[in-house]
Amino acid sequence: MTEHIDSIRTYALVLLALLVLTAVTTLVAFVDLGEFSVVVALAIAVCKMLLVALFFMHVRHSTKLTKLVLLGGLLWLVILLMLTLSDFTTRGWIGVPGR
Amino acid sequence: MITAAVPEREDYLNVSHGLKSWLLTKDHKRIGLLYLATITLFFFLGGVFATVIRIELLTPGGGLVSSETYNKLFTMHGVTMIFFFLLPSIPAVFGNFFLPMMIGARDLAFPRINLLSWYLLVVGGLFALFAMLAGGVDTGWTFYTPYSTTYSNTWVIATALGIFVAGFSSILTGLNFIVTIHRMRAPGMTWFRMPLFVWAHYATALIQVLGTPVLAVTIVLVFCERVFHIGIFDPALGGDPVLFQHLFWFYSHPAVYIMILPAMGVVSELVSTFSRKAIFGYRIVAFSSVAIAVLGFLVWGHHMFVSGQSLFAGMAFSFLSYFVAIPSAIKVFNWTATLYKGSISYATPMLYAFGFIGLFTMGGLTGLFVAALGIDVHVTDTYFVVAHFHYIMVGGAIMGYMGGLHYWWPKMTGRMYPEGWAKLSALVIFLGFNLTFFPQFILGYLGMPRRYHTYPAEFQILHVLSTAGASVLAVGYAIPMIYFAWSLRYGKVAGANPWGATGLEWKTASPPPLHNFDKIPVVTHDAYDYSTVVGEAVEVG
Ligand code: HEM
Ligand SMILES: [Cu+2]
Repeated sequence: MTEHIDSIRTYALVLLALLVLTAVTTLVAFVDLGEFSVVVALAIAVCKMLLVALFFMHVRHSTKLTKLVLLGGLLWLVILLMLTLSDFTTRGWIGVPGR
Repeated sequence: MITAAVPEREDYLNVSHGLKSWLLTKDHKRIGLLYLATITLFFFLGGVFATVIRIELLTPGGGLVSSETYNKLFTMHGVTMIFFFLLPSIPAVFGNFFLPMMIGARDLAFPRINLLSWYLLVVGGLFALFAMLAGGVDTGWTFYTPYSTTYSNTWVIATALGIFVAGFSSILTGLNFIVTIHRMRAPGMTWFRMPLFVWAHYATALIQVLGTPVLAVTIVLVFCERVFHIGIFDPALGGDPVLFQHLFWFYSHPAVYIMILPAMGVVSELVSTFSRKAIFGYRIVAFSSVAIAVLGFLVWGHHMFVSGQSLFAGMAFSFLSYFVAIPSAIKVFNWTATLYKGSISYATPMLYAFGFIGLFTMGGLTGLFVAALGIDVHVTDTYFVVAHFHYIMVGGAIMGYMGGLHYWWPKMTGRMYPEGWAKLSALVIFLGFNLTFFPQFILGYLGMPRRYHTYPAEFQILHVLSTAGASVLAVGYAIPMIYFAWSLRYGKVAGANPWGATGLEWKTASPPPLHNFDKIPVVTHDAYDYSTVVGEAVEVG
């Protein structure tokens, strides 16, 4: 594994991107998009997360194993959200006597 | 083979002296012993709470303590036993001590982090201890909201913070194990030559690393709601109380596998050593550990059948729960198949392994009862559930722990324990255990709810039986405390490999030198290849 070091310029650009995205999140919060405000906010958050992981945390230049660890963590987050929502979104599906 | 201790031989115990040499040690073996001392204290504390609970339940009227005190007693019993004894028990003591030795390493990958993780457990334990002394906590070990965030007037935050800190101890231990297994194996120690104890700990470590952070997040959310009234779980503040249960059980069901997988690893070692045969279907047993770790994350909703979770989710979780039983059953069948035509000896560790196999099977099968949606509506929150998880956690995990303690005692201390007393106490523990917990299955099925200290008079006889069993069990646990202490001075000096076992930990002196091996071993055989130990002394049969 060779140490790859990004240039200062790259880091500065990523920082700038993160700041811009933060500003966008804040601005969008003032616009009423209905149900989509959550979608937009989360989409921006995911972009920021990717920037931080890929550049600041060097995942871009990491071994396959490190990438696998990252993907594993994400997959587990998906399990947590999906199965929790499998309750939340289906509460009206099947009636329960007395409820 | 040298069997008498040469006085001047240097080992990890006599290489340095004084309190400081222990409190600042980076040696995984000494850290293992620090954990052993710590969790033994917590086991004792949890035992004291259990004793008061059982005495209280002798009579239906509930005269000994008030309802409030009773709530605190079972809460503090559960918190102590689960978070400060059973979760760290086998991984932090034997995993720490033997995992590096078994793969031929000189230490764990991160010795300082290893020491840090012990300190975190101690600090977390002190938080919890403070809460208990200051007045206790009464939410149950499950901390269900909104009771825990809004209504309870007890030391919820202090206890939860203790668990939060201890959780990081668990995460760091798991991280250390994963990195060690990936990076520190001796030459020739391929993945499929690793002892099954190591595989079990790899699977455990995955759960520790993937699950425990969610517990930490959950505790922080409870903190935010209780202290700052930010609505997350309390419906009055716009939250959803069932969300707490999702988050809590996302960690806590997998956590039950943090408790049982390491014990399964110990049992694999014991069954092989004391029948002098390779484990039947080694690879399947290795993979079943990983399968348990993964599937264990998909079933948590079986704790929530009556919580207000949707019926659809209840059905899905019930269905999924049946899958996790498969890899557990594979292990039980494969241990049994290993015994077939084995050259079996009935030394104390093997007695505990037998105890594990039988009692874990009963616990696991009743797990299927309670995983069936229809039956669970009847028995949930009754003593049936209490019996189910004690069969697994005490009958399974603690049997594995005791088996491991006897098996590795000569390696850790260089002394044998007295075999006769040990067999006797193993028997006493087995009988006491069943007398304590079998009546609870019947009690629960008849409708005795858990967490109540008064009950209808017709249940008394079963409760009295259970309390009688608990007294026998207490005697069973006390005897080893005495003879282990005795053996440190008077026990027969143990050779390097008293059991004729195959693991690398037996290829070095007892007790081991500071860096485990004089020369890093080169591995040329599979685990459990008994042709490698032909003629080595077997001291006890
Ligand atoms: C293998 C180790 C296991 C351990 C250590 C364990 C431990 C526990 C514990 C501590 C509880 C009680 C939680 C509470 O306080 O409410 C529990 C409940 C339960 N267990 Fe297990 N369990 C194990 C295996 C299983 C298996 C294999 C199944 C089924 C596939 C299962 C199904 C259940 C269910 C459905 C409940 C909830 C019952 C209820 O609350 O009504 N368990 N278990
Ligand atoms: Cu469960």
